[in-house]
Amino acid sequence: MMELAARVVELVRRAAGPGAEVEVLVTRAELALTRFANSFIHQNVAETGTTVHLRLHVDGRTATGGGTRVDPDGLAALVERTRAAARLVPPDPAWPGLTAPTPVPAGPTLDEATAFASPDDRATRVRAFVDAVEGLEAAGYCRTAYRSGAFVNSAGHSAVGRAAEAAMDGIARTGGADGMARQSADRLADLDGAALGARAAAKARAATDPIELPPGCYEVVLEPAAVADLLQNLAWYGFNGKRYAERQSFAALGTAQFDPAVTLVDDPLHASSLPFDLEGTPRRALPLVAAGVTGAVAHDRRSGAEVGTGSTGHGMPGGSTFGPIPRTLRLLPASGDAGGGTAAGPVSAGVTGAVGDPDTAALVAGVRRGLLVSDFWYTRVLDPKQLVVTGLTRNGVWLVEDGVPTRAVRDFRFTESYPRALGPGQVLGLGRRPIRQPDRVDGSWWEAPALRLASWNFTGGASG
Amino acid sequence: MGFDAATAAVQAALDAGARYADARVMHRRYESMSARNGDVEELTQHESIGLGVRALVGSGWGFHAVPELSDAAARDAGRRAAAIATASARVPGPPIDLVPVEAAVASWASECAVDPLGVPLSEKGDLLVRATATMREHGADLAEGLYQIWDTTKWFVSSEGHRIDQHIRECGGGISATSIGDGETQRRSYPSYRGQYGTTGWELVASLDLAAHAARVAEESHELLTAPQCPAGETDLILGGEQLALQIHESVGHAIELDRILGWEAAFAGTSWLDLTRLGSLRYGSELMNVTIDPTIPGALGSFGFDDEGSPAVARDAVREGRWVGVLAGRDSAAVAGLGHGGSVRADGWARLPMVRMTNVGLEPGPHTLDEIVAATDDGVLMDVNRSWSIDDKRLNFQFGCEVGWEVKKGRRGRMLRNPTYTGIGPLFWRSMDMLSSEIVPWGTPNCGKGQPGQIGHTGHPAAPARFRGVRVGVRA
Repeated sequence: MMELAARVVELVRRAAGPGAEVEVLVTRAELALTRFANSFIHQNVAETGTTVHLRLHVDGRTATGGGTRVDPDGLAALVERTRAAARLVPPDPAWPGLTAPTPVPAGPTLDEATAFASPDDRATRVRAFVDAVEGLEAAGYCRTAYRSGAFVNSAGHSAVGRAAEAAMDGIARTGGADGMARQSADRLADLDGAALGARAAAKARAATDPIELPPGCYEVVLEPAAVADLLQNLAWYGFNGKRYAERQSFAALGTAQFDPAVTLVDDPLHASSLPFDLEGTPRRALPLVAAGVTGAVAHDRRSGAEVGTGSTGHGMPGGSTFGPIPRTLRLLPASGDAGGGTAAGPVSAGVTGAVGDPDTAALVAGVRRGLLVSDFWYTRVLDPKQLVVTGLTRNGVWLVEDGVPTRAVRDFRFTESYPRALGPGQVLGLGRRPIRQPDRVDGSWWEAPALRLASWNFTGGASG
Repeated sequence: MGFDAATAAVQAALDAGARYADARVMHRRYESMSARNGDVEELTQHESIGLGVRALVGSGWGFHAVPELSDAAARDAGRRAAAIATASARVPGPPIDLVPVEAAVASWASECAVDPLGVPLSEKGDLLVRATATMREHGADLAEGLYQIWDTTKWFVSSEGHRIDQHIRECGGGISATSIGDGETQRRSYPSYRGQYGTTGWELVASLDLAAHAARVAEESHELLTAPQCPAGETDLILGGEQLALQIHESVGHAIELDRILGWEAAFAGTSWLDLTRLGSLRYGSELMNVTIDPTIPGALGSFGFDDEGSPAVARDAVREGRWVGVLAGRDSAAVAGLGHGGSVRADGWARLPMVRMTNVGLEPGPHTLDEIVAATDDGVLMDVNRSWSIDDKRLNFQFGCEVGWEVKKGRRGRMLRNPTYTGIGPLFWRSMDMLSSEIVPWGTPNCGKGQPGQIGHTGHPAAPARFRGVRVGVRA
C-alpha cells in the first residue's frame, strides 16, 4: 500500500509539477458482520476493499478526491479529475500545508485472529449468545474489522499502521421487554457471547411488567451504554474544533464547565485505531476536560492553523464540512475516593437482574429515589450551543428507592442539556469499571463507567 | 463487464452449494460541494466500483463484496458468499422462500434533462458562493450552501435469470443561514436543511433558485433570535409540507417496513408498533390519510425501475382512507409474512446487502390549501422546516423540532416563534389530521440510516401542509 500511495503522489507531481503539494492515504479494509434476530442468523456479510484518498494543493487551490479503483486507469482518472477540480475551485488562502516528516507511534498491538476472523468464529459467539438467553428471543450482531493504512505526502512524510477490533451487541426479549449487552474489544477472544447473552437475558427479565411514571426531573444512574451517548454528542457538537470556531459549541476553554469528577480524554491509542489521521498527523491522547475544566477541542490541520494550536490529529474525511471530531473518547473512571467513586455494591438487591455488576450496584445503592437507565436511543440535538438533546430511554429503566431497584419502568422521552446535566455539582458518583462501547462504525468507540447524576429532565412518558 | 462479473459470481455461488444467488455490480460517481460565507468550503469527488453477491444455502444467507471485477475475483466472491451462508447455519432459522417475481431482462434509466456531473464545477460553485455571500450580507453569522450528486450504474443478475441494468442520476441542494446569539443558535434553510433532492438532473437545483431566497432566510434566522419562544401546551398544529414529509418518513415509512415488523431490526433500528394480523383493518389515521408506496413517480428521490433484487417498480397503497393496507417488503420477508410481493429492497452501493428500504412513501393530495387551513384555524401554531427529529424504536413516540413557527390567531398567521417543537404518539397524531392541502411536493430525504453495517438510503415523500388537532407543543429542556 505504501508503494501505491507513493505512486499516486508521483503521478500528481508528474502531471502538476514539483510545486504541487500532495497527500495520499491508502486504506485496506476487511470488514465482517454477523447479524441475528429472532434467535437466528439472518444477515451475514463481509467485504474487502481498498480506498485511495487524495488531496492536492496546486497554484494556491486545493481539491480532494477519492475512489476504490486502484488499477492504472483508475488512478490516472483520480489524479486527473482532482487536478481538474483544483483548477476550478477558488483560491485557498487558509491552506495549512502538509504534515512535516514526524515520527508516528506504532499503535496498539494487532490481534491477527481478530483481523482475519472467519464466519465460523463470529457464528460461534452468536450461538453462545443465543444459547445463553435460554429461550428468550435474541437479536444483535458480532463484528470484526481490520484496517491497514499507508500515508505518503510530498513533504517527505510517510506513515503506516494496522488496527483490528471486534464488537458484539445484542438484546434479549421477553414479554415486550428488552435487555441489552454491548462491548467492543481489541481481540475477538475477549468477547464472551455467553456472558453477554446471560446479562442481556437477566436485564430483559428484570424489565418485564413495567409501570409508567410521570415525566419530570429524576436523579439517575446511567449505565455505560447510556453514558456513551453523552460522550458521542459532546464529541460531535462540543469538542469539535470547527463548531468551536464558529461559536456553535458550548466549550469555553479554561472554564470549569463540568463537575470536578469529569475527566474526558480522546485516546485513540488506548484501543483499536490507526496511529495517524487522514493528514498523516500522529494520533495521541488529547485531554479535553480535566477535573471539570474544559481544556481543549479537537483540530485538524486547517482548524488548528486558524486558532494557532496546530492539529491534534483529528483530520477525517468530510472534516472541512463536519469538523474534526474526537471519536475515541474515554470518561475516566473513579479511582480511590476521588470523583465520588464508591466501593462495589451488591447486585442481588431489589429486582433481580436489573443491576448487572457491582460497579453499577455501588452507584445505585446511594440513590434515595431515582431511575436506573440502561441505554439511550435516537438522540438528536435541538440546540447545538447549549447541546440540548432529546431522545428516549431503551433496553431497560428501573425505579430505584432507598438504594434498591424496585420496579421496571416504561420508557421515557427526555429533553436535556448534556453539559448542564454534567455540570459542577451534578455528578454524584462515578463507577470504577469502564466498558468500551462500539460505535456504529469501526475505528470509533466510547468508553465510560456507570455514572450517577443529580438530575435528568424526562419530558414525556411512553404514552406521550 | 458488469453483467459478466455478476454472472460469474452467481455461478460460483451456485457451484459452491447455493440454491439461490444474485449479484450487483455498481459503479457510482459522487460529487458534492459545500460553500460557507461566500467561499467554496469543500469539493468532494469519489468514484467507486465493485461487486456484491448474495447466496442462499439452506435457510442461511451470506453476502460478500469486493472492489474488483475480474472473473477470478467475482468467482471468489461468489464462493465466499456461499461459505458465509453455510456458516449462518450454525444458528439456523426457519426455511426461507422467496415470493416469485418474473425474471426480467431489462434496462432502465431515470429522467435527466441536464447531466449534473456535466455542469461545469465553476457554474455550480458560483451558485453556492453567490447564495452564501448574499446570506452573509444579510446578517447570517454562518451562511452555508451544499449540493450533492450521485450517478449510479448497476448491473443485476440472479440465478433465476434476471439481467437488469439501470442508470440512476440523483442530485439536489440547498442553503442554510445560522444566527448565533447569547447561548443559542437559530437557523433558517431553503428549501430544507441540506436541500431538496430527486432522481433527476441539475434542472432540479436550477429550479430552486437558491440565490433568490438567500436574503430572506438570513433575515429570518436573525429575527428568530429575538422572537418569542413557542408556547408550551396543547394546540392545533399546522405543519408545512417539508416537515410533514419527515413526519411521514419517521412515523409511517419506517413503521411499515416489513423487516422491522418481523423483528429483523429489533436490536438496532427497532421494531414497529404495527401487528401484521391487523393489516387491512387497523385505523392508522383520519380518513384524509392516503399514503402510497410508489417508486414510479418521475423525479422523486425514491424512484427506480427495478429494486435491488429484481422486482419491478409498482405503486401500491400503504394507508387508504386512514386504514393500514400495505407494507414495504422484500422477497424473503414477504414470503415469511404470507404476502405476495416484494419490491422495496435496495442496497447502498456494491458493498452493502440489499435490505427493505422506503421508496417514495407519501400522501395523496387533500382537498384544501395552506391558506384555507390557516384561515380555518382559530388558535394554533404553524411550524415548518425540520431542525431535529427523534422517535422511539417502535415508531410511536416522536418529538420533532422545526426551524420556525408562527402564531395562528383567528385565521391569520401572526408572530414568528422560535424553538418550536411538537411531540406525540404516531396513530393518535395521524387520527387528529383534519385538514390536508393539495399542494403536494415530492420531498427527498438523502440521509436515511438503517442496517448494520450502516447504509444510507435515498427516499422520497410526497407531502403537503396539513392540520392536526390538540397536539402538545413547546417541549424544552
